[in-house]
Amino acid sequence: MFVSPAFAQDAPTGQADGEAVVGSGETVVGSEEVVTGTEVAHDGHAKAAFPPFETQTFPSQILWLAITFGLFYVFLKRVALPRLAGILEVRRDRIAGDLDQAARLKQEADEAIAAYEQGLADARKKASQIGQKARDGAKAEADAERKRIEAALDTKLAAAEARIADIKASAMKDVGAIAEETAGAIVQALIGDPVAQGDVSAAVRAASK
Amino acid sequence: MANDPISQFQIQRWVPIEIGGLDFSFTNSSAFMVVSVVSASAFLFLSTANRGLVPSRMQSLAEMSYEFVANMLRDAAGSHGMKFFPFVFSLFMFVLFANLLGMFPYFFTVTSHIIVTFALALLVIGTVLVYGFMKHGMGFLKLFVPSGVPGLLVPLIVAIEIVSFLSRPISLSVRLFANMLAGHITLKVFAGFIASMGSMGALGIAGAVLPLFMTVALTGLEFLVAFLQAYVFAVLTCMYLNDALHPDGH
Repeated sequence: MFVSPAFAQDAPTGQADGEAVVGSGETVVGSEEVVTGTEVAHDGHAKAAFPPFETQTFPSQILWLAITFGLFYVFLKRVALPRLAGILEVRRDRIAGDLDQAARLKQEADEAIAAYEQGLADARKKASQIGQKARDGAKAEADAERKRIEAALDTKLAAAEARIADIKASAMKDVGAIAEETAGAIVQALIGDPVAQGDVSAAVRAASK
Repeated sequence: MANDPISQFQIQRWVPIEIGGLDFSFTNSSAFMVVSVVSASAFLFLSTANRGLVPSRMQSLAEMSYEFVANMLRDAAGSHGMKFFPFVFSLFMFVLFANLLGMFPYFFTVTSHIIVTFALALLVIGTVLVYGFMKHGMGFLKLFVPSGVPGLLVPLIVAIEIVSFLSRPISLSVRLFANMLAGHITLKVFAGFIASMGSMGALGIAGAVLPLFMTVALTGLEFLVAFLQAYVFAVLTCMYLNDALHPDGH
């Protein structure tokens, strides 16, 4: 940035007048002389317009805009955009593929978990079966033992009962003899004569019936 | 270097070319069109050279700009509008790079000239007109007759619609042009304050801090405007293209 007094002597060159008219509104220096040092001459254009409104520059701008923008459009359409679209598509496919694979792996894991659970349940069932079987076996054995002991006890009981019956029978037989003897003695005491053994036996037998 | 805020818009002939009395010289404007196009192309081409599945920073930027414009167009004009994607994307990138390059000191801002923005706007409207009539024939004129308007109001509405349609290229081009022009002038004016106050001694140098802060803040704002205007240009292009695609879809 330079301040205008240093440029005052440049004023006669080119369009200094025209520029000053346009520039003075905006310029910050006190001087009304504002000069564009690098300015290209304007083919004797008496009054330089505001640059964007200088119509003689329009054909060049339009031409070069058409050339550059046209080439840019073709380049983007042929090269850059297909490539970018390809990159994005590959990534989208890859992500979708990865998601599919993840879903597949998850399903496999779920299946493995289900199989494990199933195995665990089976093992549990089998274990309880084995336990049940062992319990049943032990119970059957105990029952058999008990039955055997009970049978032995029953036999012993029966033998004891038989013996008791024997003893009772022999005792009862003795009772008859004792009764005959006693009855004979009583009758002898009462009547004073011995009574025939056979009569007493018959009488006792009749009385005990 | 000149210190008035207008000379930055001066067209300078670098390679004089004259055909049929018209001046087709290669100028600083042409040079910066080339620079914009080459840098935008290089950005898009080099950043995607690796075709990384996991993008690098630059590739990520290129992809973001792609999807940004693609979503913009799809939202405004539906999936049928995607056939105009290269066109809208080129416009967006061209305007964006021209605007952003203009933010460099001593660089020429291509979009600060009304003829450039007007030519781009005419290109947009021309595309709308040509495609609209090609696709819908006379049905394209339904664009000017919104459905559900009472019969009595139709002539008035049609007149309004036609005027609004005709003003589109003007508003589209003037918006971009005026924003870039005014922004650069403002920057230059405040920067000029710094120089002129700085030359007024110690007190002036102390005072020049204020316009310096202003210039810094405005530079930030101008970067925002550079992007925003490219975005606005592209969005409006999408909406106008939507008219060509669905003239009765008001």
